[in-house]
Amino acid sequence: MRPQERCFYGDGIVRTDPATLTGKLVVVEGADGSGRSTQIRLLRDWLEGEGIPTADVGLARSMLVSAELEQAKLGNVLGRTTMSLFYATDFADQLENIIIPAMAAGFVVLADRYIYTLMVRDLVRGADPAWLQCLYGIALVPDLVFHLRVAPRKLAQRTFRKSSELDFWESGMDLGLSRDRFDSFIRYQTLVQRSFATMQDRYHFIEVNGNRSPTLVNRQLREEIAAMLRADGGFEPVPNAASYRPSARLL
Amino acid sequence: MDTELPGRLIAVEGLDGSGKSTQIHLLRHWLEQQGIRVFFSEWNSSVLVKSATRKGKKRNLLTPTTFSLIHATDFADRYERQMLPLLRAGYLVLADRYMFTAFARDAVRGVQPNWVRSLYSFAREPDMTLYFRAPLQVALDRILFGRPQLKYHEAGMDLGLADDPVESFRIFQGLIMAKYEQMIDEYGFDVVDATQGAEQQQAQVRDLVSSRVDLPSYRWRRSR
Repeated sequence: MRPQERCFYGDGIVRTDPATLTGKLVVVEGADGSGRSTQIRLLRDWLEGEGIPTADVGLARSMLVSAELEQAKLGNVLGRTTMSLFYATDFADQLENIIIPAMAAGFVVLADRYIYTLMVRDLVRGADPAWLQCLYGIALVPDLVFHLRVAPRKLAQRTFRKSSELDFWESGMDLGLSRDRFDSFIRYQTLVQRSFATMQDRYHFIEVNGNRSPTLVNRQLREEIAAMLRADGGFEPVPNAASYRPSARLL
Repeated sequence: MDTELPGRLIAVEGLDGSGKSTQIHLLRHWLEQQGIRVFFSEWNSSVLVKSATRKGKKRNLLTPTTFSLIHATDFADRYERQMLPLLRAGYLVLADRYMFTAFARDAVRGVQPNWVRSLYSFAREPDMTLYFRAPLQVALDRILFGRPQLKYHEAGMDLGLADDPVESFRIFQGLIMAKYEQMIDEYGFDVVDATQGAEQQQAQVRDLVSSRVDLPSYRWRRSR
């Protein structure tokens, strides 16, 4: 299924030989409220506790354009193609300045979302799939992609517990699905999950039931990651690794 | 994409120093004097994207890939917000540099040509592309005489072609010119000999535009 050799989805990045990238790339996809950041924190603590260096990336965090993206989101002033390309610029900046160097140094890169969220957002807004695939031909094929799937109603509940407000974009309010924010949120998240499902064949996501407790979810992620690292040789996770909260141990 | 729009899109392309900006300025002035609906758009001028581009260039954060993407973002912003709506509204849209600038420069920087072409595939090809062709030495002399301080990316210093900015600029412009020359037939550029005097060039430009575009139909309708 997954190619053994490291490669790009398409043309890749100028003068970058993927064969030199000995690290690993693990992606966690999922909506806001699906538990992504909690899972990534737990994974990072676990891996670093095992002596494996990690690096973090996520959407809209590039030095190059993150400030401008934030501004653009506030005003809803940019067209859809412009927005797509702006996010692609942000992605490329992190790919070249964080992901690739970290992987060249043998790190495990933990990506808090990747090109799939960016593509899905555009697909549900009517973008051309072939155009998006070519655009993201610059991306490296990850070793593992987890998709945390949480029922839209549960996502809404979790979001309310945290911030008592559903985000404009995460509710897809620009799509005009409904003038009611809650209603729009449920419909939009359903569309997003359907779109992820249609990409399954091409990108081989590992579907994770995110409705469960963080501990259970993390156990599944660790098992997959440990298996991947073992297959690569050299990684012997502590048998019966006691705590699933290594950060607590460090404190 | 191929559907007929009421407006017409005219682009100028050429090396720095080929005189294309002067020519499109004169063309615009002439069209406006006739009461024609004209909109002018310049490469790399979208307000929001510009701050990122400026930061990227100043701090030297750009790679060939992000250089390409950020210019495509700038173009998309101007295209979606202004050029396309104005074409739909029946304007003559004049573009000082269009997608071909990216095709030429980004390819010289090593980015896959097909990838760049695909990035811009959301946009229409111009109805007319005027390519101002000047021998390399002529274009270089014009730039190096008037403004000897070359900016880092403008001189192609990021390519590591030469340590000296002027020398780097020479090599870089030569490579870009070769890319333009390859596109003449591929995209059907109208070639203007940029070694002629500015007046002769402008006369040729006006002839070309008048013969290809039914100018009277683009006049403002006057209410009486």
